[in-house]
This record gives sequence, structure tokens and C-alpha cells, in this order.
Amino acid sequence: MRKELVKFAVVMLWAFGLLFPMLGAQIGFETFTFEWGRLVRVMGLVAVAYGALAAQRALSAHRKRSHRQAGPGLAERVPPLWGWGILAAVALVFPWFADNYARDVAINVLIYVALGLGLNIVVGLAGLLDLGYIAFYAVGAYTYALLNTHFGVPFWLALPIGCVISAAAGAFIGYPTLRMRGDYLAIVTLGFGEIIRIVLNNWDRVTEGPNGILGIKAPGLYYPKLSEAGLTLGHVYIKHLTWLYYIALVIAVLTIVGVNRLDHSRVGRAWVSIREDETAAELTGIDTLRMKLLAYMLGAVFAGLAGAFYAAKVRYVNPSSFVFLESALVLCIVVLGGMGSIPGIILAAAAIIVLPEVFRDLELYRMLAFGGAMTLMMVYRPEGLIPARRRRLELHAREAFAEEEGNA
Amino acid sequence: METFLQQMVNGLTLGAVYALIALGYTMVYGIIQLINFAHGEIFAAGGYIGVITLSFLQSRGVLEAHPTLGLVLAFALAMVYCAFLAVALERMAYRPLREASRLSLLLSALGMSIFFSNGMMLCQGVYDKAYPIQLYSTGQFTVGGAVVSYIQVYIFVGALILMTGLNLFVNRTRLGKAMRATAQDKVMSALLGINANRTITITFVIGSVLAAAAGVMVGLYYGSVRFDMGFIPGIKAFAAAVLGGIGNLTGAVLGGMIIGIVEVFAAGYLASEYKDVFAFIILILVLYFRPTGIMGEQVDDTRV
Amino acid sequence: MLKVEEIHTYYDHIHALKGVSLEIHEGEIVCLIGSNGAGKSTTLMTISGVLHPARGRVLFKGQDITHSPADRIVGLGICQVPEGRRILPRLSVADNLEMGAFLRRDREGIRQDLEKVYELFPVLAERRRQQGGTLSGGEQQMLAIGRALMGRPRLLLLDEPSLGLAPIVVEKIFGIIQQINRDGTAILLVEQNANLALGVSDRAYVLETGRVTLSGPSRDLAHDERVRKAYLGEQ
Repeated sequence: MRKELVKFAVVMLWAFGLLFPMLGAQIGFETFTFEWGRLVRVMGLVAVAYGALAAQRALSAHRKRSHRQAGPGLAERVPPLWGWGILAAVALVFPWFADNYARDVAINVLIYVALGLGLNIVVGLAGLLDLGYIAFYAVGAYTYALLNTHFGVPFWLALPIGCVISAAAGAFIGYPTLRMRGDYLAIVTLGFGEIIRIVLNNWDRVTEGPNGILGIKAPGLYYPKLSEAGLTLGHVYIKHLTWLYYIALVIAVLTIVGVNRLDHSRVGRAWVSIREDETAAELTGIDTLRMKLLAYMLGAVFAGLAGAFYAAKVRYVNPSSFVFLESALVLCIVVLGGMGSIPGIILAAAAIIVLPEVFRDLELYRMLAFGGAMTLMMVYRPEGLIPARRRRLELHAREAFAEEEGNA
Repeated sequence: METFLQQMVNGLTLGAVYALIALGYTMVYGIIQLINFAHGEIFAAGGYIGVITLSFLQSRGVLEAHPTLGLVLAFALAMVYCAFLAVALERMAYRPLREASRLSLLLSALGMSIFFSNGMMLCQGVYDKAYPIQLYSTGQFTVGGAVVSYIQVYIFVGALILMTGLNLFVNRTRLGKAMRATAQDKVMSALLGINANRTITITFVIGSVLAAAAGVMVGLYYGSVRFDMGFIPGIKAFAAAVLGGIGNLTGAVLGGMIIGIVEVFAAGYLASEYKDVFAFIILILVLYFRPTGIMGEQVDDTRV
Repeated sequence: MLKVEEIHTYYDHIHALKGVSLEIHEGEIVCLIGSNGAGKSTTLMTISGVLHPARGRVLFKGQDITHSPADRIVGLGICQVPEGRRILPRLSVADNLEMGAFLRRDREGIRQDLEKVYELFPVLAERRRQQGGTLSGGEQQMLAIGRALMGRPRLLLLDEPSLGLAPIVVEKIFGIIQQINRDGTAILLVEQNANLALGVSDRAYVLETGRVTLSGPSRDLAHDERVRKAYLGEQ
């Protein structure tokens, strides 16, 4: 017990030493003051956090000692089929019961679900740490923006074109990275993401630079109508959030179904084996280079889809929506939700978008919390909130094996 | 259009700063094969502690009377603070993942990077914090058409001193050689009685001390610091480390210098808005054509 | 001096050691023979603390070192020359030797021991400034042994010292091994070359797929039918 108190004291001392200059010192224009209020409050938070972690550690140690199995997580308890049913029903009727604000939030959630699932193909399935994913989102958005404002291409036509161009971008960015070590991959993709952002920001002639592109048209719809001349086709631009919501829903569902099918296909299994051990995968005859390229391209397509939709909804694009922070956010969604886990990613996307809206004052702390959460997740629960079953087995396999043998 | 010599002077100064940061990246990667994403934030933290120290001294009227003492104190405190910060970082986010996959480590590092930069933003605000450079920016001299400010000289000489110190430590002292041993063969080092954990901690400390110094230097050179000043220089410094050969200390210095000089020249002769892009392009080219870097990598390629 | 009691070690999900027991007394040379994959290196690594047994105990001079970290075990006087020499390639010969004495504080003693090693292996003295990785196999083996000696070990663990070396070099090295033993260091020798091992040791253990199947004085084992058939190349 005493050792625990000493450890606690040391941690508090460290926290104080690190927080005191940063949090306490307030540099004014010509002034310099020490503020104790915030410092004390944050120290309190640190104490609580440490207490929680220590309690959790003690609990799991106790559990291990009494050989009790940890109860099944929430995910296993809910029978999958009717869980999805409920979700689908809610999703379908949602816009009729919500105001415009809620609809807007819901659309954002759907966009991030699509992004998260797209990145999941690259990171969660194939194990390629892509830190510049938002670049493909930008490609999709700017493609539609340019096609529409310069050539009047309508949304539904631009969509497939956007997919093709995004796929090409995926191939282009993915190709040089094919032979790279995993660690380098991360930095290189980060670099690519930044290059694209810088180019978008500075190539004024084409992308309008930091001002962005305005006046993008929303998705159009032809509908039959009766007039004096008989049956004709009327045209309307879909700007109402309810209908935009349904378009977003379709895109999200497409992504969900697509990723699900891929996960259970030979391609998906190939990706997983590449993720586990690339050399071994090569030896079993998998064309790793082609598979990796495919992962990039498919991931890019989904991001491009989401990007084009985003451009059509907001009708304005500019480079500041495509900063590294966004890539990091999508990565957080994938990691926190559980890599390779579709329900987990949906939950994480919803949490990441909705929580800051609900707790408005905590908006500032959003990225701080998610950064910290990512590290905490890796240390304590690498399989994510709702683990993909495969992953959890892998991660805890070694522990389970050792325990079994220990008891034998 | 600045003269060639002027560009060179500026490039060397910038390169020295990149070299200091790159050394931290390369040492940590060399010993535990981790890209310490949060290293850029440690660099930024150093810059912050520097400005906090100097502002504090200024507010008490001490700075005017003893500017050099203030400067020394700023460097010293920044280095001490960042050492503690790096040790905490290693203990909390990296050590528990020693046996985990590379992906987990990278994600943990990324999480810490986001956490630290946002933390600094919340602590010190989103706006730049200005260094009281009026006390230091006095003086420059001209050499062959190029204007060299005293600050540039201080930075370059300071960096040189630190790098020489590192060289001596790593090649002449017992602990330094232990560090190199652990980076070359972890298992064998354990068999020699070298405590891996302690050695790794020392590696982090040294890397962060250098980055902290670089942070203060940047604050003095450009006049201010911001919470996100670690992001882009961090990537460039890592690119420098890879360029020189990851794990290779001389390579990191060389890489840093090259990237600094290329950046200044490219900004001067080509296009200054795109100056950040050049470091990335160099990185991608190096990794594609010569992934082991200019001087060859030095990592542990053994198995138990 | 060293007692290994029924250790079970797992390595890469394999049950490598299934209840291995052995003993080493002061001043002895004990050898551990067996074919590839029998678990000989795993045994040494477990004693050295790089691997930890899931069950069983390792006792050194009465002290339980089963779960001690590797660097602590070196401090107690057990040094290993692992398989493949494992010279630190980018450190000089002199630095490699210096690292052997990493835990020692007696500057004068270290200097004397360094001189002794240079006397024992003049080749090393010649190449003292060269990088370890540039030495030949035999020279590296000498460096590895010299490095272990710098730790003034009470117990020296040698893993396949003859591997990949020319017979004349092997002869020299085994002569030195015996010299080291005469000077007071106990030795646990792991060797695939059973002839050599049995010839130089006092007692021997035979390891087969993680278990000790035979043990006894080396002379007796050398004449044992089973040993001759399996390891001494007789028909």
C-alpha cells in the first residue's frame, strides 16, 4: 500500500513540474503572472485519472488471480441481426423527427462513417498506416468542384468520374510506398497529404488557393411534371437537408456493404495476412504489391465519394478543410472503433462528431481527448471499443496461450 | 534575390536547427525502431519554456541587467523541462508497448503528438508568444556580401557545441557506448549487464535536450513560438534523419544540413510558398531510390 | 554453484524446455550436447535471464535468479558467449572488450584484465581500433570470449564456440577454454560437436527435444552406446 502512495506522490510531483510552467505562466503583453486556478484543477484531473487507472489495474490483477474470465463485452451480448435492424430503422426515419441542426450533424456523422470505413480498408484491413488519407477526400471534393464550376458537370455524372480520379490518386500515391517499411509509410503518406494541401493552397490559378471554390451546384434531380405542354421533366437542386441526408445515407450504406463484402472476400483475407506478416504472405503466393495498391485505390474511392458529396452539400471547398488534423481524426475513428470492426467504426464516428456537439463547452478539448484516447487505447485496449472478433483473438492470443500452459 | 553566400549562411543556420532535431529522431529510432511523432512537440515545448523563462526574468527586471545569464537560463531550463517531459512520454506511451506491434507504437506516438500540441495550445493559447529579442538581435556583420547576424552565429556555434558534446558522449563514455551497444544488439547488451530500460531512457533524454535547445534557438531566430511549430519541422527533421541514414548520428547531422540548405535555396530561387514541399519530396525520393540513406542505416537487425 | 530445477520455457509459442534440470559445481566444465533444436540455446538464455521459465527454478549460489532480469544476472557473475558470437559490429575491438566489463568499477582491475586478454589473443591487440564487424569468424570468437572474460565471470556459458570455425582455430579456442577453467571459472559448454565437448568436459548432459535424457561423467557418456550412435557419428 505504501509503495502505491509513493508512486502516486511521484506522479503528482512530475505532473506539477511539467504543468507548472506551461499552465501556470501567463505571458501578457508586458506582464507576467502565475495562475494557480487552472493548475490546481488540472492536477485534480491528473489525480483522478491516475486513481482510475490504478483501480483498473488492481481490478484486472485481482481478476487474473481468481481465474475468473472477463465477462463478454457489450458487442457480443447484442444479437447482431436485430441490432442492425434497429439501427437501420432509426437511420431511415431519423430526419422526420429531427430539426435541421440535428440533420446536419447526422450528415456529418455519415460522411465520417464513410471516411472511417474507407480508411479502415487501408489501415484496419491491410495494415498500411496512411496518415494522409484526407488527401483523397480533398481530391473527390475538388474534382466535383472544378468539373462543376468550370464545365457544368452535374453531380451524378461527376460522381463516377470522381471515383476514377480518386482511384488514380490512390494508385499514384500508393505506388512509391509499396516497398517501404511500415514506419516510413506513415511519414511518407503524411508528406503526401501535406503536399496536396500546400498545392491546393497555393496553385491559385486552378484551385483558387485559400479562397476556395464557390458556387458549386448541389445534386440535381429530374422529375416528371404535368404542365400545359403535357408530361415534361422538371429539374430541382437538392438543397434540403432531409434529402441530402438520404443521399449521404446511401453513400454510407454503400461503404458499409462494400467494406463488409471485402472483409469476407479473398481480397480481404489477403489484406489481413499482409498486415500480419508481409513476408509470409508473399510466400503463400499473394501478390502483395498489387493487393496493397488495391487497398489504397479502394480506400481512395470511398474517400472521393464522400468528398464529392461534401462539396455538393456545402457548395464551397477550400484547403483548410483538408488539413492533417482531419486525417488524424479519421484515423482516431478507425483506431478507437477497433481496426477492421465495422460497428466499432460507426460508433466511433458517431461519438467523435456528436459528443462535441452535445458538450459544446468541451469543443476545445476534443482533439486533446482523442489524442490521449488513442494512446490509452493502444496501451490498454488495442482492439478498440467494439473489437473485430478476429483482432481480439489475435491480440490476446499470447496471454491466453501462456495462461493455458501455466494451468496445464 | 539574395546572394548565393547569403542563402548559404541562412541555410546553414536552418540546417543546424534541423540537425539538432533530427538527432533525436534518429537516436530513438536506432534503439527502439520507433518514429517518435511527439518529438516535434518536445521541440516546441522547449521553445515555450524559453519564452516563459525570458518573459519571467524580464518582468522582474532581471533580463535587462543580465541578458546573457537570462539566455543561459532559458536554454538550461528548456533542456531540463524537455528531459522530464520526454521521460514521462517514454514511460507512459512507449514502454508499456515494448512487446506490441509496430502499428500500435506508431499510433500511440501519434496520439501523444496530438495530445501534446493541443495541450500546449490549451495551456498557452493559440497565438504566437514573442521572444524578447530586442535584447539579442543587436548586431550583425557582413562577409563577402552576405549579412550574418550574431544570432545566426550563436545558433550555429551552439549547435556545433551540442553536437560535439554528443559525439564525445557517444564515443568516449561508458554510457554512450552502452547506448550504441543497445542500438546494435539489444539481447547481447542485456547479456553484458546493460540495463535496456535505463539506456533507452537516456536516449530519450539526450534527444529531447537537443530538441529543446533547437526550440529556443528557433524562438530567438524567428522571434516567436507557437503551439503547432513542431509539426512541419518535425516531419522535415525526420526526413533529414532518413536522408542521412536512420540510426546514424553523422547521417542525421548531414541530412539536417542538406535539408536546411535545400529549403533556403529552393525558397529563394524557385518558389517560396512551396518551400515546405521540398523536404517532403526529398524524403519520398530518398525512400524510393536509396532507403538506407546517404550514410547507411544503423539499426538492430538481430533476432533472439 | 548453479542449480537448474525442472524449468519449462516457452519460446515463440513452442514449449521448448519441458522440465530441464542440471547442476554445475565450482571449477567444473559441464557440457550440454544434443542435436539442433533440442533446446540447448534456450537453456542458456533461460539461465542468463533473457528468457524466463514459466515453471521451475534457477538457483545460483543459493540465490533464486529465476525471474531476475538479464543485467542483474550478469552482475552476479554469470557471463554468456552466445551463439554466433554477437560481436557489437560498429564498436571497436577495444570498445567491445570494454563493454564486457560494463558492470565493473575497478579501473585498475579492468586495465589489467584487458592486458591479459590482449596477451591471450594477440590478434585482438593488433586490431584493437578496428570495428568488430570487420573481424573474421575466428577473431570474433576470440573477441567474444575475451569480452566475456572481461566480466571476471564465476560461471561462463558458451554457446557453440566451434561453430563455423576452422579446426586449427577450434583447437586453440578449446585450449583457452581449458585454461580459463584451470584459472578458476566454472564453464557450461553447449556444443553440437559432441566429440569435442565430451573431450574437454568433466560431466555432460544430453538434451533431446527439451528434456534431459542422459547425464553423467563425460568419460562414461563418451563410451555410452546411445550417445555414440546419435552424436558421435558411429554406426
